[in-house]
Amino acid sequence: MPETKPKDAPPAVDEGIERGIAGLTEERIRKAIRRVLSGETGARLKAYVDTCIHCGLCSEACHFFLSRDRDPAYAPVGKVKQTLWEMLRRDGRVGPEFIKQARIVASTHCNLCKRCAMYCPFGIDVAYLMLVVRRICHLLGVTPLYIQDTANSHAATLNQMWVKDDEWIDTLMWQEEEARGEIPDLRIPLEKEGADILYSVIGPEPKFQAQLIYQAAVILHVAGVDWTMPATPGWDNSDMAMFTGDNEIMGRLKRAHFETAARLRVNRIVMGECGHAFRSVYDVGNRWLGWSMPPIPIVHAIDFYHELLEEGRIRVARLFEEPVTLHDPCNVVRGGGLHEKARAVVRRTCAHFIEMEPNREHNYCCCAGGGVINCGPPYKKHRVESNRVKAEQIAAAKLKGAKIVITPCHNCHSGIEDIIHHYDLGVETRFLGDILYQVMEKP
Amino acid sequence: MNELYRLATGPLLWASFAVFVGGSLFRLLELFLLARRRERFLFTYLSLRYSLRSIGHWIVPFATVNWRRHPVLTIVTFAFHLSLLITPLFLLAHVVLWDEAWNVSWPALPDAWAIVLSLIVIAGCVFFFVRRRVTPEVAYVTSASDYVILGLTAAPFVTGVIAYYQWFDVRLFTLLHVVSGEALLVAVPFTRIRHMLFAPLTRAYMGSEFGAVRHARDW
Repeated sequence: MPETKPKDAPPAVDEGIERGIAGLTEERIRKAIRRVLSGETGARLKAYVDTCIHCGLCSEACHFFLSRDRDPAYAPVGKVKQTLWEMLRRDGRVGPEFIKQARIVASTHCNLCKRCAMYCPFGIDVAYLMLVVRRICHLLGVTPLYIQDTANSHAATLNQMWVKDDEWIDTLMWQEEEARGEIPDLRIPLEKEGADILYSVIGPEPKFQAQLIYQAAVILHVAGVDWTMPATPGWDNSDMAMFTGDNEIMGRLKRAHFETAARLRVNRIVMGECGHAFRSVYDVGNRWLGWSMPPIPIVHAIDFYHELLEEGRIRVARLFEEPVTLHDPCNVVRGGGLHEKARAVVRRTCAHFIEMEPNREHNYCCCAGGGVINCGPPYKKHRVESNRVKAEQIAAAKLKGAKIVITPCHNCHSGIEDIIHHYDLGVETRFLGDILYQVMEKP
Repeated sequence: MNELYRLATGPLLWASFAVFVGGSLFRLLELFLLARRRERFLFTYLSLRYSLRSIGHWIVPFATVNWRRHPVLTIVTFAFHLSLLITPLFLLAHVVLWDEAWNVSWPALPDAWAIVLSLIVIAGCVFFFVRRRVTPEVAYVTSASDYVILGLTAAPFVTGVIAYYQWFDVRLFTLLHVVSGEALLVAVPFTRIRHMLFAPLTRAYMGSEFGAVRHARDW
């Protein structure tokens, strides 16, 4: 590995944050902090702050802490100290520079992966505390430019990538046409009321990964699934507003998504390989709307592939030959318990499977999730340097023979790709769907 | 001195028990009411099964990944907390006091054992103190209150051992022992020693979320 000791470097200027703090007064800051700390939070925040015994046992859970030579400022509790504890201690009397630093810590030094909740003896949810900080910064208009742009896109178009209504339909028709070259009777059914399944994707798929829609269509078609996609906004299950602290936009997005599924009278929503979107529809967004669990059952791609393989609706023609390892994405593993199903799918489709260590719930985060990668280029260097442990973990799997890292999550996929390039690891990433599409029996 | 001793073992004792019990109940009630008012959904997710599953793992030494990662700390913290709870309840001198005052009695520890347990508590406090000084990630988040808590916890045990062996002025150290014990009880609801009250709740909630919603382990 060419770079084993990353040096801390200040991030490039972030216009979103700089402009945000330019207009702030102490009074406005105090009002926003009070609004959140005494209006929007409650027993959890109180219990977490009052219970934390400052033992530091959460530290080793964090890939930032481990990758940055055990710098205490990157320990989960260290991040709370720099942000929330100070706001509480000073009763909200903090200045614009403090808010800038708090935003950077909460939004780019934490992926909300919740690994630390499994290392804290008291189960304190630092990810939740970081979301509280993000919420305060959002109310103050202090948000990294790139992720704010995606949140703006969500607000204006109900999708993350400024995909226009006609472009969406056009992309689906284009992929249908492409796939018909391979399977002549394939359809991507649009607006089919009463279909069994609504297939939903994140904005980046039609924007620049349209082949994933092609692959999904092939899998769904061959499996004989009665499915549909909406021709209206509400198709996108992604949610960057959840990560900026813009809960109101998050609520609008999830309402539109669930209402689209309800309008089409589907029984289930099957979603592509995305982790944060799963968190949004399965855990966070539904709660904001008042649903303890999703109003329409949500099935993540891992779960769905598992079901199709178990039921024999997809058969494997020949196993994937190159040795693979599997990255467990936080949002579907610690967030959805899909680790064993993911392994079952890998074992059914691949000839050689090598475990990464640690794995399952204890896997290291990709460092891209929680909206960190979406904060864009100013933070990229910091992000990849903050996940040296991931590079070492992948390198160890490579030593055992792994050539492919299967990453069944969009954020993880991009994050791990960056890590592979930065640390020159010489392996490749694939989605589970890439593998399944490649090895399945097709007519 | 006798006057002070009578005060400490009379009205102050009553007051400290009242503050400890009343204050603890108040803290729990306050948290419960806050949850009901603002985050009623918390009760939707609480699951007895998964709460116990999580608490069960974390109250057993080495039953979690993180306990196994820190073997010395794990041994110290379990020995410390157990000794801290057992000693005052089963010390012969305390059992005799209960018997004299209320005519209730239960088996007591032999004195030698009680001394060993007290020394474990004191050693634990020293360990935690040193750890706060030398472990960077702990030092970073340590504040004055953390040392105050350690001091409050160590005081009744240090003074108790001194009084037991009748080093220095036995009457003075008996008095200090009583007063520092009362101070510790009073501190429970008002300092972060209240993790004694809240930790099972936060653990239960995280255990419930991980078990019932996330279908994942949290240890």
